[in-house]
Amino acid sequence: MRMICLGLLAMAEAVALREAAAASPVQHVLVQMPLLVLAGVLLGWNLRVRRDWAVPLLLTALTAFLFWMLPRSVDWALTPAGEAAKNLSLPLLLGVPLRLSWPWLGPVLRGFLKANALSMLGVLGFLYTHAPVRICNSYLVSAQQELGFAFLYLAAALACLWAIPVLFGHPKCGSFGTAGCSRCGV
Amino acid sequence: MLARALPSVLAAVAGGGILWQVTDGAQAFTSEAARRLDVVQSPRQVPEVLLEDMVGRQVPLLPQAGEVVLVEFIYTVCGDICQISAADFAEIRDRLRAQGARVRLLSVSFDPERDTPEQMAIYGDAHEADGVMWTVARPRQKDLPGLLKLFDVTVIPDEWGGFQHNAAIHVISGDGSFSAVYDTDAVEAVLAHLDGGQP
Repeated sequence: MRMICLGLLAMAEAVALREAAAASPVQHVLVQMPLLVLAGVLLGWNLRVRRDWAVPLLLTALTAFLFWMLPRSVDWALTPAGEAAKNLSLPLLLGVPLRLSWPWLGPVLRGFLKANALSMLGVLGFLYTHAPVRICNSYLVSAQQELGFAFLYLAAALACLWAIPVLFGHPKCGSFGTAGCSRCGV
Repeated sequence: MLARALPSVLAAVAGGGILWQVTDGAQAFTSEAARRLDVVQSPRQVPEVLLEDMVGRQVPLLPQAGEVVLVEFIYTVCGDICQISAADFAEIRDRLRAQGARVRLLSVSFDPERDTPEQMAIYGDAHEADGVMWTVARPRQKDLPGLLKLFDVTVIPDEWGGFQHNAAIHVISGDGSFSAVYDTDAVEAVLAHLDGGQP
């Protein structure tokens, strides 16, 4: 119940940020959209599914993720129809499926997903800082470059967040616990 | 085994199909690319709109008697891209004039409040738009939103009191349909398009 309330809170917060999202792509793509995904993760926190559903759910989440990564989707998300689609699909088709499939994903697959997330953020950061054209018609070139740098900072922060437990042991496992980290991967 | 893999295969196929659809077959990842592809596939009828040119004369946006109209959206005090694109527009005009092509070039202001005929004349002078083959014109304020929507031009205020916009050369064919979009510096491609051969 508490998680559902938190999820709804994150959702309300994200919807309240609609003006900020229209003003800056950083607030749109790196604050509002992640909040919507977080809302979905929290809403699905206490749900469990059978293992058979893990891969289809992960693929659903990846599809939603790739869709909202497209620059034209970001432009579309500022129209009324696109905004409704964003507010519904990011929690329900990305946050919830990701949460449901995550416990069933092995450490190799998790590592693969994380490594890909980092490299993708790096590529996006390079693209948005160096593109000779405007990628989103709804945002200024300077804002596009800010978004590019924000992608790079995020990649660096996530790399630290994910690498430190691998290198120095996860706090929950004790350092270099013999059980490995499959139980407690974040 | 097959039954266990089936939901995953379906999810992968559906996901791939959706992404294929929404990028127009992996061709358009940005809204600018999407609009360019869309107008070629389904040209849009341009309404009868009159614009006011540099000397206060009313000029039609629609092509007259089989000519082709090239449209650029601008604002006259634009500091960067409009200046460069105006130079390219002038080159297109010069080469078309040498060919004797029946083409009219219009730089249409999306800031009709500030871009008075006098202001447009200054811009015209600066870029040698003499009002014969190429003129600078502004729509009435009430026609502007419809035009921007039809041409899918997004104008947003920038930090310096100006605007940023998806600048391009818009082609209105002789039948009055908006049927192609080119980069402002794609001089050769525009000329090839008008020559009849689609580049």
